[in-house]
Amino acid sequence: MPELAATPGQTVGPFFHYALPYPGDRELVRRGTPGSVWLHGYVYDGNGNAVPDALLEIRQADAHGVVPRVEGSVRRDGAGFTGWGRSSTDPTGHYWFSTVEPGPVGHAAPFFAVTVFARGLLDRLFTRIYLPGDLTTDPLLSGLDEDDRTTLVAVREADGSLRFDVRLQGPGETVFLTYPRHS
Amino acid sequence: MTADPDVTTQQVISDEIEKIHADARPGDAQPRLDFPPYRSTLLRHPTKELRHADPEGAELVAPVFGHSDVGVLESDLTIQRGGEPIGERILVRGRVVDGDGRPVRRQLVEIWQANAAGRYVHKGDQHPAPVDPNFTGVGRCLTDDDGWYSFTTIKPGPYPWRNHQNAWRPAHIHFSLFGTDFTQRMVTQMYFPGDPLFALDPIFQSITDQRARDRLVATYEHSLSEHEWLLGYRWDIVLTGSHATLMEREDDDA
Repeated sequence: MPELAATPGQTVGPFFHYALPYPGDRELVRRGTPGSVWLHGYVYDGNGNAVPDALLEIRQADAHGVVPRVEGSVRRDGAGFTGWGRSSTDPTGHYWFSTVEPGPVGHAAPFFAVTVFARGLLDRLFTRIYLPGDLTTDPLLSGLDEDDRTTLVAVREADGSLRFDVRLQGPGETVFLTYPRHS
Repeated sequence: MTADPDVTTQQVISDEIEKIHADARPGDAQPRLDFPPYRSTLLRHPTKELRHADPEGAELVAPVFGHSDVGVLESDLTIQRGGEPIGERILVRGRVVDGDGRPVRRQLVEIWQANAAGRYVHKGDQHPAPVDPNFTGVGRCLTDDDGWYSFTTIKPGPYPWRNHQNAWRPAHIHFSLFGTDFTQRMVTQMYFPGDPLFALDPIFQSITDQRARDRLVATYEHSLSEHEWLLGYRWDIVLTGSHATLMEREDDDA
């Protein structure tokens, strides 16, 4: 069967803040839960200025490398891990998630799958946040030069947090992804 | 009226759009990320080519939502505040399918929109049009077992924005959609048929192919209208193909 033409995307615009965020959206596990990690960073434009009206979503495996297929991301009861979260940026361009570090799924190095939305961004962008570690055999990362590879790997901070900045444009521009059935 | 040389007029924007469209490949199904007539794209579009990746792990599995996440009343935007919102009551109904035509079942659809006067309930919206105390303009639903969604709402008004002088967005409803794979995630805008602002709008026109733009426009469907109650619009959504289907196909070929 021929592939149907996909409906085009459009920008999330400037007015999503009263619609898409919801209480607990960025707490895949409650903040401060033992074993949880703080994943955070800033979104920057091509001039290095913060993007205060961006939205990030992450999708991930649990600590054992299992991708959850359970409901409960919108009204989190604190019991189950759903492996999905959403964080808008604040006026300084900062986003954050409270979550667990994903375990490896199969042979791939563990990563958070990410979508980025913003005013001024006409369609969503996909990227990955890899955990720092031995990444030399990962199929995607091993095909990138050092500068590009660096843009996809979180930095471990002194307190154990993971820091990952998104640069939409310019020096250090994040590598964004397309998948086989996107064209 | 005298022209202010520091103000970008609609004519300047329209000329830029026309030039880009004249050079565009037919059949480009998605918006251009680098689309200067929409000024906010200038510093926010990636300059590197998107990198091809084979989806792995979490990318192959969309988040799952259910009735614990979404109440059935959340799909009716006219009953959220105890009083009737002002405006033209409408039903928007359609089907979400993937690139192979398979219904996307029991998946989350989120919408948000301006009120009938073209004003959002958002502190950043400075348009001097009235806020409607009976309308927030936010809704959610789950698709049914055949991929259908439905919202009862108020037809949104067009509204001005600051891209250029006398810039107006055509009336639209924002839609947020998930598929069965995380890679099918998308956010878009649904428009209403016959809007005179289409040709002038750099966000709509960032999709250079006319047939692709047409896929964002709902159709008026009289069979969805209800006697002395509301007008019905139909809008179907096609996500990209799921990778699971692709792998099944490759197995078939083997």
